[in-house]
Amino acid sequence: MNAPRITDSCLRDGSHPMRHQFTVEQVRAIAGALDAAGVPVIEVSHGDGLGGSSLQYGFSRTPEMELISAAREVCTRAQIAVLLLPGVGTRAELREAARRGAAIVRIATQCTEADVAEQHFGLAKELGLEAHGFLMMAHMRPPAVLAEQAWRMESYGADGVYVVDSAGAMLPGDAAACVRALRSAVRGSIGFHAHNNLGFALGNSLAALEAGAGQLDGCLRGLGAGAGNAPTELLAAMLDKLGLRSGLDTFRLCDAAEHVLAPMMPFQPLPSRDAITIGYAGVYSTFLLHARRAGERFGLDPREILVELGRRKAMAGQEDWIIDVAQDLAARKPANPA
Amino acid sequence: MSVHSVKAAILGTGNIGTDLMFKLLKNPGHLELALVAGIDRASDGLARARSLGVATSDRGLEAVLATPDIKIVFDATSAHAHCRHAPALAVAGRIAIDLTPAACGPYVVPPVNLRAHVDAPNVNLITCGGQATIPLVQAVSRITPVRYAEIVSTVASVSAGPGTRRNIDEFTFTTARGLEALGGAHSAKAIIILNPADPPILMRNTIYVIPAGDFDEAAVADSVAQMAAEVQSYVPGYRLKGAPVFDTVATAAGPRRMATLLLEVAGAGDYLPKYAGNLDIMTASACRVARVITEHLRAPGP
Repeated sequence: MNAPRITDSCLRDGSHPMRHQFTVEQVRAIAGALDAAGVPVIEVSHGDGLGGSSLQYGFSRTPEMELISAAREVCTRAQIAVLLLPGVGTRAELREAARRGAAIVRIATQCTEADVAEQHFGLAKELGLEAHGFLMMAHMRPPAVLAEQAWRMESYGADGVYVVDSAGAMLPGDAAACVRALRSAVRGSIGFHAHNNLGFALGNSLAALEAGAGQLDGCLRGLGAGAGNAPTELLAAMLDKLGLRSGLDTFRLCDAAEHVLAPMMPFQPLPSRDAITIGYAGVYSTFLLHARRAGERFGLDPREILVELGRRKAMAGQEDWIIDVAQDLAARKPANPA
Repeated sequence: MSVHSVKAAILGTGNIGTDLMFKLLKNPGHLELALVAGIDRASDGLARARSLGVATSDRGLEAVLATPDIKIVFDATSAHAHCRHAPALAVAGRIAIDLTPAACGPYVVPPVNLRAHVDAPNVNLITCGGQATIPLVQAVSRITPVRYAEIVSTVASVSAGPGTRRNIDEFTFTTARGLEALGGAHSAKAIIILNPADPPILMRNTIYVIPAGDFDEAAVADSVAQMAAEVQSYVPGYRLKGAPVFDTVATAAGPRRMATLLLEVAGAGDYLPKYAGNLDIMTASACRVARVITEHLRAPGP
């Protein structure tokens, strides 16, 4: 087994729990610490990818392009990656990110909709970027469907494709089956992006690795949407224990998690009752804070909202359905006596 | 067909072109559908046109240009293709009604500026999301200046054909520019999401509007309801879900009152099933625009 390449995404997926409030100073400190600890790829973007700053997802405090530049400036070895969701961001933002020094783009689509990304893979290759497909909400379709979509992405120029468990709904057997299916369909490397809503972020990452994944995603201190992601420092420890030479400095990552990142975090993502519900109902991890807000506003338990979103098969990025569902649920309730 | 009728062609035999064909045949008015032209001889759309007795060709634009008495050309291909078609159609003196997000000509959204460009050689219908949401943003901006508008269109995967998929950047860009130019928003953003749920979902739109300052919420709610009724007159499945939700949001300029409108669009079921409200609103708008241009062409000159 070879050591996987690790991408730390706390400056992208972690943008959700940070409510998109990262500052240039914070990004410099975090990216610098990750770089010093040997993390080879650092993803920096709005939580919903380039161009994600919006009412739907939350406005960025600092324009993401400034954050990309800041990360690029402090890194001596690490490459900067960005996320792009066609339909939210466009090629214009990708060009600008490349100009700012991003070397890798991960192009994310719903796990059934790879063909919306053809023009973006085309531009990425034209710009000389390394480009990976990111099949979101992968638990919603069987591995064979994912494999076919991954094959399409490769045909558009993807250098590799990730299985993205956006809902943190998979068990290790699911993660392994998806990775195996993709390996049989594409030549490029297969990656796995885990969320910890059911407590399996690390276990799923290990299962994916054993099934042949060449890339794994982590977030320092697990800072990501929902219950967070596989903590990068724990991935490093796991790879050490497996005897794989990952190039990561486990203790430095632990220090960075505890002393650099933790003091900036508004809360520690964990499998709380709402986050577990997300994994259980199979909805997008970023719905966590939005569902809590809607729950407060409409006098509902966030759990009811999340379960109903799962029943309606909401996909990645459909934060606007939360208000809609909350309104419907509130209307169905008998009026509370004042 | 009356001697006064105006001949039209549909370019493109995908979902939009085929739905449009059904609408034009069902309610032709003074428009005669003289040709349906695609580029794939084996396409389902061409087969349907033939079976309905409409003249067809698989030579695309060339076939349209070779038929001299065609005056109005509906382009339901793709933004990329329309950019090539537009100059050729203009040189040949054909009026293009562009259903792609190419936006070579001025934007038209029927309840906002239906008659503003009856003389233009090329008019653009923006996007399905634009046709659905721009009227409602206009309904707010006619009451109070709009600082920022943002829309999220969610459509069923099965209703998004290859043209839409290849041109998703053009969708977001052109919709946002339409929200500014015709919706009256100072700046705007558009997001599109494809949802693969089975059974397919109806087209859903969320419209967020931040006015420039304080505003009369009741007046905005009334204006929005009136506008929705107006769109409903030509898109029967157009429906606001509940009353506008008013809320306070943190912006770079401090806290602001804002409105959230939830909109559902069911199709008329002319060709594709009812969930494809995104196609229905485009083709219904195209028919409405074509009718006005036809009236204009048939009107006695000065």
